[in-house]
Amino acid sequence: MSTMIKPKHQRLVLIILALVALIGAGLLAAYALSKQAAYFYLPSELVAKPPEAGRAVRLGGMVEKGSIKTQPDGVTINFIVKDDKARVPVRFSGITPDLFVEGSGVVAEGRMEGTTFVADNLLAKHDEKYVPREMKNMTSAEAKAVIAETK
Amino acid sequence: MHGFANPARFLRMARWLMPLMLVPGLILAFGAVAWGLFMVPPDRLMGQTVRILFIHVPSAWLGMAGWSTIAIASLVELVWRHPLAGIAARAAAVPGAAFTAICLATGSIWARPTWGTWWVWDGRLTSFLILLFLYFGYIALAGAAQRDAAAGEGASRVTAIFGLVGAVNIPIINRSVVWWNSLHQPPSITAGKSSIDAAFLYPLLIAALGFTLIFGGLVLARMRMLLADIQTEARLRRKAMA
Repeated sequence: MSTMIKPKHQRLVLIILALVALIGAGLLAAYALSKQAAYFYLPSELVAKPPEAGRAVRLGGMVEKGSIKTQPDGVTINFIVKDDKARVPVRFSGITPDLFVEGSGVVAEGRMEGTTFVADNLLAKHDEKYVPREMKNMTSAEAKAVIAETK
Repeated sequence: MHGFANPARFLRMARWLMPLMLVPGLILAFGAVAWGLFMVPPDRLMGQTVRILFIHVPSAWLGMAGWSTIAIASLVELVWRHPLAGIAARAAAVPGAAFTAICLATGSIWARPTWGTWWVWDGRLTSFLILLFLYFGYIALAGAAQRDAAAGEGASRVTAIFGLVGAVNIPIINRSVVWWNSLHQPPSITAGKSSIDAAFLYPLLIAALGFTLIFGGLVLARMRMLLADIQTEARLRRKAMA
């Protein structure tokens, strides 16, 4: 009983095995990195497991609507960064990026001081939506109607 | 598939296919970029800077498509020993690296006014920078293997193996914004759904098509060049023997 395997098929099987092993290793590495490779902490993660005081961390979330308050010195602002579970008060002195607005995303670099997050730097994080300026104040139903009309 | 293995037949086809891709590609890409620069309305948040979208996104797509081409061609080279597969893989490397570099540069320029920084080490940006370095490594390795082959050391499979191993980075780039918190936003276009308004989406899709045709034309041009190189090399060797 002699079974001849074509060398072509042998190579294919070998490479598929190697690829499966490689993808497995890649997935394991990505899984192990799943916490360390995060660019920032969410408010709920920061509240659940506060980092030691003074350690530089990043906090990312939504700027709560109506929470931005400018202090009398004119350069310091206080606002609240939230996710669906927790809210963290943030203090920042300096120039904010153009896209830093209430209801939008922000990544703050800084440290916890007590229960307040003191930021040295703010980065604006925008969502994946691209919408023309004229349509921003419309509800999505109105915007759909305008798009349908112009088609 | 081995019908195209004959380089002469491939070259005859590539000769007319190359301008057939490059010319409409250039027209579509220039048209879509002009559309994006002059006719598209400003974005509600980003304002005028949204116009970088029409170069940044097609370049990102082609940077990743370039390595996917390398990986598939490398697989064909290793398993079926198709004589043109290795050429195709090597031909995709330089255009792929160029689009990857364009994507990184335009992304950085875009990040300054929108996010407030030129660069951050988040998952998406870091994995894309690694893609550029993988391209550099691949180009250097392919060059070394070709010199070895020309010196009569025999064809090396190491370039194709590197092309396959490097493909591991592609799904990581794609998933980086989903797996990890990142400053880069999640994908706007996912399986049939788009959160990009039609005013931006149509020029973007046309730009992507145009840039892809340019990429295809460049790969064909480089394949012709690599084949001509091999031919010259062989002819010189025959002359030296005679």
